[in-house]
Amino acid sequence: MSKQVVIVGASMGGLRTAEALRNAGYVDGITVIGDESHAPYNRPPLSKEVLAKEVTHEAVAFKQRQQTADVVWKFGSPVVDADLDAKTVTTSDGETFSYDGLVIASGLRPRRLDVPNGNVTGRHTVRSLDDAIGLRSALVPGARVVVAGAGFIGCEVAATARGLGCEVTAVAIDEYPMVRPLGPTFAADLQARHESHDVQFRMRRGIADLEGDGALTGVLLDDGELLPADVLVEAISSHCNTEWLNNTNLDLSNGVLADQALRAVTVDGNSVDGVHVVGDLARFANPLFDDVARRIEHWNIPTETGKRVGPVLNAYLSSEGFAELVAQPFTPMPSFWSDQYDLKIQGFGMPALADEIAIIEGTIGSELVMGYYRTGKLIGVVGIGLTSTLMKLRKELMGDA
Amino acid sequence: MLKIHVDMDKCQHYGQCVFEAPDIFKLNDDDKLEYVATADDSRRADIESAVDVCPMQAITIQD
Repeated sequence: MSKQVVIVGASMGGLRTAEALRNAGYVDGITVIGDESHAPYNRPPLSKEVLAKEVTHEAVAFKQRQQTADVVWKFGSPVVDADLDAKTVTTSDGETFSYDGLVIASGLRPRRLDVPNGNVTGRHTVRSLDDAIGLRSALVPGARVVVAGAGFIGCEVAATARGLGCEVTAVAIDEYPMVRPLGPTFAADLQARHESHDVQFRMRRGIADLEGDGALTGVLLDDGELLPADVLVEAISSHCNTEWLNNTNLDLSNGVLADQALRAVTVDGNSVDGVHVVGDLARFANPLFDDVARRIEHWNIPTETGKRVGPVLNAYLSSEGFAELVAQPFTPMPSFWSDQYDLKIQGFGMPALADEIAIIEGTIGSELVMGYYRTGKLIGVVGIGLTSTLMKLRKELMGDA
Repeated sequence: MLKIHVDMDKCQHYGQCVFEAPDIFKLNDDDKLEYVATADDSRRADIESAVDVCPMQAITIQD
């Protein structure tokens, strides 16, 4: 009897899971269902290259590998409901799919500003390719751009928009841009580097309302300042796309709770065999650091989680070697990078958990590597340049220095 | 044999590929990427992993 795996979410996590299932020897059916109209593509360029020039889906699409040539893709119809007892999912156009194995890969969507006069044009996000293409057309020289949120994506957009000749102001409630992962010293340094490129910052400010009748003309801050604006980019964190799981008993308190085999966990704390979570939604503990389950929104996590799920789900469906695979710990190294101007920022580990931060090499304002420590133990490194130092420290973080 | 190609216009020398297939990819003394352009088919899994982890998606395998 042929088995069927349904993967909900047709982005990188869904693709990598399908590949990993095939690499593990799974030969039966795989159906991937996504809400976007595009085949899986790489999102990081959306805040960088796609905004800086004209880019098509073809330029950012992941190359389809031979082993996944027979995967069935359903684009443009989000899954809206799931029944874990009947083992079915249902899409918005009413189609129902039965599964033997289910992979939850439905990811995130941008959180939007909630303001009284929100119904104006000129509001943008940068999650999807279509978002980025829409924003690209608005980033004309001289355009007045306000970026809401000063995390990595907000800062990348700010840098790219400056490069396109826009006037850019970033607004965020934090003390410094990117301060939550990087800490104040490094974050203040990066703010100064942005300011040297004439990006304005309004830190420790919120957005109270938008001005404009039809088209956006300004952004009103919570201290009363009005920033004239043609374009607003909302890069202020995300919502988890888990509404389709609301009729299940899974723990959806933040993403989807998962065990070390990335099986979804119920509100009663039970792992569900054959139901897995990958990518941004997966909230799992990483024994490299501690036993606290966290979601990690780094680009390498969809790939790492997909590669973990493929063999486990195949073993479950074939009833071969399942217990042994489940017993293995899952210890992916969180990895991230960010391009801003000519700065290449690269990091490993969990710097946001640090209670102590120190410069390991280099100097503020130049190439440097920062070390992030918790109770005296290195738990993260972030650097600009100095790649070989970063690589050595990554090994130390992996515990095989 | 597998043919490996790195688009050096895209490559930013992050070095993530080095962790996946250190026999194929390395950073030289100037932290610039160097790689071996051909590999035995038995190396496919690790090289595909290197393709997967490249932040710039600059690596391709030609079968």
